[in-house]
Amino acid sequence: MSAASADTNPGARSGPALDLRVLGPILALAVLVLTGAMLNDNFLSYANITNVLSRSAFIGIIAVGMTFVITSGGLDLSVGSMAAFIAGLMILVMNGLLPTLGPGVALVLVGMAAALATGLVAGFVNGFLITTMRIEAFIVTLGTMGIYRSLVTWLADGGTLSLDFGMRTVIRPIYYDGILGISWPIIVFALVAVAGEVIMRRAAFGRHAAAVGSNDQVARYSSVNVDRVRMLTYVFLGILVGVATIMYVPRLGSASSSTGVLWELEAIAAVIIGGTMLKGGFGRVWGTVIGVLILSLIDNILNLTDGVSPYLNGAIQGVIIILAVILQRERKADA
Amino acid sequence: MKHFAIAGLMAATALPAMAQETMVIGVSIPAATHGWAGGMNFHAQEAVDRLEEVYPQLDFVLATASDPAKQVNDIEDMLATRDIDALVVLPFESEPLTGPVAAVADSGAWVTVVDRGLAQEGIEDLYVAGDNSGFGRVSGEYMRSALPDGGKIVALRGIPTTIDNERVAGFEEAIEGSGIEVLDMEHGNWNRDDSFTVMQDFLSKHGEIDAVWASDDDMAIGVLAAIEAAGRDDVQFVLGGAGMKEMIRRTADGDAMIPANVTYPPAMIGTAIELTAVGLTSSAPVSGTFTIGSVLVTQDNAEDYYFPDSPF
Repeated sequence: MSAASADTNPGARSGPALDLRVLGPILALAVLVLTGAMLNDNFLSYANITNVLSRSAFIGIIAVGMTFVITSGGLDLSVGSMAAFIAGLMILVMNGLLPTLGPGVALVLVGMAAALATGLVAGFVNGFLITTMRIEAFIVTLGTMGIYRSLVTWLADGGTLSLDFGMRTVIRPIYYDGILGISWPIIVFALVAVAGEVIMRRAAFGRHAAAVGSNDQVARYSSVNVDRVRMLTYVFLGILVGVATIMYVPRLGSASSSTGVLWELEAIAAVIIGGTMLKGGFGRVWGTVIGVLILSLIDNILNLTDGVSPYLNGAIQGVIIILAVILQRERKADA
Repeated sequence: MKHFAIAGLMAATALPAMAQETMVIGVSIPAATHGWAGGMNFHAQEAVDRLEEVYPQLDFVLATASDPAKQVNDIEDMLATRDIDALVVLPFESEPLTGPVAAVADSGAWVTVVDRGLAQEGIEDLYVAGDNSGFGRVSGEYMRSALPDGGKIVALRGIPTTIDNERVAGFEEAIEGSGIEVLDMEHGNWNRDDSFTVMQDFLSKHGEIDAVWASDDDMAIGVLAAIEAAGRDDVQFVLGGAGMKEMIRRTADGDAMIPANVTYPPAMIGTAIELTAVGLTSSAPVSGTFTIGSVLVTQDNAEDYYFPDSPF
């Protein structure tokens, strides 16, 4: 049981995930599911579960990338605006090429490539400014957050960018269809989460990210290329924002300045609820997934029940987020 | 009022001789952060461009602000550096803007307030207002006529504000005693994604929904996508509002799901700028309150409300 020895130095390092505090987020999720099932018969219906999981996918895919950024001691506030900007660009690219390529799979692939490429470049810009220019991640991404938000407003001329109608029927299945009754966003979210979990636990990159976030000086002396690890976390996050956008655009076929507002905070909240440390050094991808589910279940349950004034939705969310984190801290103290 | 009468008189008498004496109208509006505001920005720019042609003696300063503090700065700058003769302002928020706009009024400039009133009465010379309870009432009356035998509806609300409260109160008053039952109301925040999510949950929760009062066209788009994805055919129609061009187009084309719309025109900023220009350059009295009614748009009159060039 190396957990005990790890906990003698709380906060700096963590042992294998077998210690008791893993129960915190799982317990919170279980309580929410039970509450939902008791309050409404339709809560556990196939349609509702599909709805909740599909709509979690955007934040979820981003939050997996955010887990790595936070684990390595960074932060990215720009992801919501970045998603809006990528969505706008993806729509413009597809609308622009529609006359030459025609509505079809080829054009969808071009749109996807554009989204991934933009995400990669945007992540690289964040990473470059943070690692090479040595600017605080908070400031860099606060800056790029404003830049992307303004750019999408400008691209849309203050209104809404809408995908050409002929294209919508072609691209719609990406959000609404799937295989074996499981819709694509859920499948992609699951794949991203599993890959993220494996990389965090088994790959050198995951250990390096935690080492950099724990103490970058020590990591540097242990011949970890600190800047490269940091840079890669931002690039991965950028690409994942691109992936999330690919899932998002088919849903309503539009992007505007109100797209992706506060996604960054939801993603960060999900990461922290899941047990990753905000100051870095320890990350838990599966915890992030649970955090994302907790956040979207709260919304879902509040919509499915009467009796709570909609004015109070935000307050209830806040209480549950704080409770989920307190639950972990107490378990940790017990251990 | 007095200021205006004098200014108007001076303008009227002095105009032919001193055409080079230019007057400056400052226009301060919130930036295009959502669809309606985008439309409002478009119409403000259009009105300014057009009026600069019509009145060579008028100069316009147009500033857009992304938050109340920035708008206060804009207005202070206009007063200090451009020496404005009139201010047309759509306040971001009532409270923080009241002081700065009062200072402009004290300087002797004409003040036109648009849509959102100031926290203190009597500052402005002209108030061009949208009619929010009228918006709700017209929506409710349409609902009543479209569901003569009553029915079950769900409603989506905007961002929790006075505007939203007035609209909902007007709506509820209009449907009272009609047999229309509002099953549920939640905030969709005038946002497509939020309304999509809320509507998905409404569809899970209620097995039978006859109609939806989306109360806004952005929210109507989210609602329609959710209904389509769920494959539900019990919902007969969705009533949006504010007159987004894509939705007006669908109404004009006879789309059964979008049979009507209720206007809350972003072009009201144009009305305000135009009236202010008229006030400054002629002796026609324009002080007082000008309420822009919310109009029901159906297939018959939809073409009159379709502005293909506007972003909204």
